[in-house]
Amino acid sequence: MFPAAFNYLRAHTPDEAFAFLQQHGAEARVLAGGQSLIPAMRFRLARPGVLVDINAVRDFTYLRHDGQVLAIGPIARDSEIERAPWIGERRWSLLHDVSRVVADPVVRQMGTIVGSLCHNDPSGDWTAVALASRAEVEVRGTGGTRTVKIDDFLVDSFTTAVGEGEMATGVRFPVPGDATAGSYQKLERKVGDYATAAAAVQVSLNGDGTIREAGVALSAAGPCAVRVDDAERALVGQRPTNDTIRAAAEAAERKSAPQADLRGSVEYKKHLAGVLVARGLRQAFARLGVPS
Amino acid sequence: MRVNVKVNGVNYERDVEPRTLLAYFLREDCGLTGAHIGCDTSSCGCCVVVLDGERAVKSCTMFAAQADGHDVLTVEGLAQGGALHPLQQGFWDQHGLQCGFCTPGMLLTSYALLKQIATPSEADIREGLAGNLCRCTGYQNIVKAVQQASGQLPAAVAAAS
Repeated sequence: MFPAAFNYLRAHTPDEAFAFLQQHGAEARVLAGGQSLIPAMRFRLARPGVLVDINAVRDFTYLRHDGQVLAIGPIARDSEIERAPWIGERRWSLLHDVSRVVADPVVRQMGTIVGSLCHNDPSGDWTAVALASRAEVEVRGTGGTRTVKIDDFLVDSFTTAVGEGEMATGVRFPVPGDATAGSYQKLERKVGDYATAAAAVQVSLNGDGTIREAGVALSAAGPCAVRVDDAERALVGQRPTNDTIRAAAEAAERKSAPQADLRGSVEYKKHLAGVLVARGLRQAFARLGVPS
Repeated sequence: MRVNVKVNGVNYERDVEPRTLLAYFLREDCGLTGAHIGCDTSSCGCCVVVLDGERAVKSCTMFAAQADGHDVLTVEGLAQGGALHPLQQGFWDQHGLQCGFCTPGMLLTSYALLKQIATPSEADIREGLAGNLCRCTGYQNIVKAVQQASGQLPAAVAAAS
């Protein structure tokens, strides 16, 4: 099926893209990788009157980290994360894992991280990862650019803090400390399908082996990806033991609020949320050399 | 709107609606029917083409307008001077196809893969082709075909671009 008719505008600079969005307001959508938007338009689930194509905006291609922050521009592709020279470092293991399971390898050559966050699909991968990593999104509006915590950015299914005439101009992941590892656990029926259930975890250890920081988030577990606060609280300050992991997994199972579909029942998916959090934590601790 | 897309080294300047998808542009406006429309929903990979010599894209999930000013490689552009491309030769020698419907997508996804990793492992190939579906043969001979072509791409790339 073909999308409904629209006007196509190609932006070459961030200012031009922003001006187009300001000019066309609610009618306009940003076209980045298009790997979710174009199918949505084809199914007529989305009918924007204007598409602002930002693929020619060179200033939006960036992917850099400076020791403090990993900054990802609006048209940095999933495949670029997958191939980043630093992606094999333990501290980036959560990003490493997710970069290999988003959609399929061809889609990843077009799809973008920022676009995935802005799409905010209930079963998205990057949304859960951004929560577990405590990322922030830069949003440009009429009053300038503001930084929005990912928890505040993800408002509801397919809805974010990006308002009419605004645009997300990048996402920032704090560079984790040395003694950090993560894991992304996704159960899917086949490559490219939506997750049946997915969990993102990231943990940092203190010198004495106790857990300094923990990020735990679920996808395909409600209207949009969700942080499991109770799991994080159950981990921080504790040692990575079976009991600690069990407490975090039980919190995830309680927090998960999925919908039943062909992929499984509510009960099954809630159970999976706990299993995947436990599996992810075990893998993260193993990556840190801690048996659990 | 007017677009000018260089396909297999030839400029195609055409009037299109902005909503024209690249797959349909190639097939109906350029007469290049090598990019096959299978699922038409970005799942099967039969419509994969290579953008700007390096990136495999599903042409059913990209607008022709986005390709304006860019280079596109389709299966019609792989063979040079009557000689099959090493990937095509691999599919021929290893019997990497039966009905052939998925083959153009398999070839172009593999092309982009070999540009990233000149000599991929079997696991790299299987992973790289995970977005392309074949409903006839299974994947064993397709993997063998790509293995046969691996390491042979650089010269062929130079010839094709």
